[in-house]
Amino acid sequence: MSDKTIYAIYDDDYVLLESAKHLVAKGIHIREVFSPFPIHGLDPVIGLKRTRIAITAFIYGMIGVSLALLGMWFFMIQDWPLNIGGKPNFSIFTNLPAFVPVTFEFGVLCAAHGMAITYLLRNWTLPGFKARNPYLRTTDDWFVMEIHTSDSSLDAEEIKALINETCVVEIDEK
Amino acid sequence: MEYTISSKAKITSITLVVVGLVALLAGMFTGDGHTDQRLWANLLVNGYFFLTISLSAVFFLAIQYVAEMAWGVTTQRIFQAIMSFMPIGAGALLLALIASSLHYTHFFHWMAEGVTDPESHHYDAIIAGKSAYLNLPFFWVRAILFIAVWLFFANWFRRSSLKEDTLDLSQITDGVSPIYRKSIKMSVFFLIFFAYSSVASAWDWIMSIDVHWFSTLFGWYAFSGMWISCMVVAVVLVLYLKSRGVLKDVTEHHIHDLVKWMFAISMLWSYLWFSQFMLIWYANVPEETAYYLARFENYKLLYLGTFLVNFILPFFILMSRDAKRNAIFILPVALIIFFAHFIDVLVMVFPGTLFEHGHLGSVEIGMFLMFLGVFIFTILRALSKAPLAIKNHPMYDESIHLHT
Repeated sequence: MSDKTIYAIYDDDYVLLESAKHLVAKGIHIREVFSPFPIHGLDPVIGLKRTRIAITAFIYGMIGVSLALLGMWFFMIQDWPLNIGGKPNFSIFTNLPAFVPVTFEFGVLCAAHGMAITYLLRNWTLPGFKARNPYLRTTDDWFVMEIHTSDSSLDAEEIKALINETCVVEIDEK
Repeated sequence: MEYTISSKAKITSITLVVVGLVALLAGMFTGDGHTDQRLWANLLVNGYFFLTISLSAVFFLAIQYVAEMAWGVTTQRIFQAIMSFMPIGAGALLLALIASSLHYTHFFHWMAEGVTDPESHHYDAIIAGKSAYLNLPFFWVRAILFIAVWLFFANWFRRSSLKEDTLDLSQITDGVSPIYRKSIKMSVFFLIFFAYSSVASAWDWIMSIDVHWFSTLFGWYAFSGMWISCMVVAVVLVLYLKSRGVLKDVTEHHIHDLVKWMFAISMLWSYLWFSQFMLIWYANVPEETAYYLARFENYKLLYLGTFLVNFILPFFILMSRDAKRNAIFILPVALIIFFAHFIDVLVMVFPGTLFEHGHLGSVEIGMFLMFLGVFIFTILRALSKAPLAIKNHPMYDESIHLHT
């Protein structure tokens, strides 16, 4: 069975949300939704899994903290101990308070940058990448659902008939 | 939606008071001879700790009005109930301050005879230099002003919220009740006053115990401590009321948001605790390190322990989204850090009042339990006096549909 892609175009986020509920109840799998902004409550309707970006942020943060402590230990304790105002410089533990601000900042830096880069990479939206949304107007005022005929047992005409039951603006097939 | 105090809750709070009293008496008769001073110092600690929890409840309520915050509207009655302890807390604190002013006990060295008199052999140049601010009449003007204004606002917010419930539709214009509009204005005035008074009260009642020492961060450090304790009380109350089957309009999304606050303010407190410590540790100036010396010599376990508990527990346990919605994770952390923040206040007060004789013994636990029992009972009684859902608030409906 050949795969056809059907785009259902809406002009309002709330209408799209209600339509998605209707279509999912009829057994249609919505593979993707393109929208200029996040639509609240859509994720569970179209069966999106919860984002795991928080876990990556924690891992990046811990990597940052470890790297900072390792670096501090090497620069300030191991390689070239400096006497700064008589502060202890023979072990990382006794001099820890002095290292905490840097460690904290580096942890935040790594978490924030790692999270941002991961997010952009996962969405394939790093600078220079080619946009993958089917209609440019989904960055402005269009809300578009992408439905594949191979995802359900219904054929293209049946899916279109079901979409037409909702307040759709336009249906497109590619 | 109505809540009535169950007999179990009544018995629990009475048990707390009785057990506390027994522990207090046991501690007094087996004590090491500093019983008087120890009792007064405990009264100051508990008065300050529980009074400022109520104060922070007013503060959080005022923040909600000024920010026109919608999500928390369904939990407003809980914060109003926490405010209801304020008169009792203020009474306990004032008793301790009066005792000190009348020389029944000595918390504040600057109140002693002759410290500002150059002729006297008690003369202390540093205290004399601070006497324009730290003198008895001005101290009492501030104490009475702060407490009177706080009580006024707590009373006003509670009364007007109850009045808002009874409004009828004709009095509501454009969907917004006149009381809501007025509450925003009153909140602004309260927050301006609170910004100064929360900090200055910490200087007056806590920081001036160690009168030779000062820290510009101290007021904020005390403020973040009271705020986190208040959020803990609110979260525990919400979980309790949910388990009783009332408070239907508060969903797991509200609990999630409240615990987010608990998490965030824990980090704020840890940040300020560490900032104050680190700068003094690094600069290593004798008159500043004296404060930490007293704590590290006799209160090391309590002092460092509270920091580690209050920072590490919320950070690692409450960080994930699932833990913020699950009472099994929230409740132990909340109860532990509540007690640890009490110890935090204890270690603010004890090194300057009991010196090397203070410790966490049965007197301390006993008086804490007594206050806790009265605190719980007062709050539950206030909760039972009014419906848990407020009416006619313009954003109540939005709050019900909170989705995080």
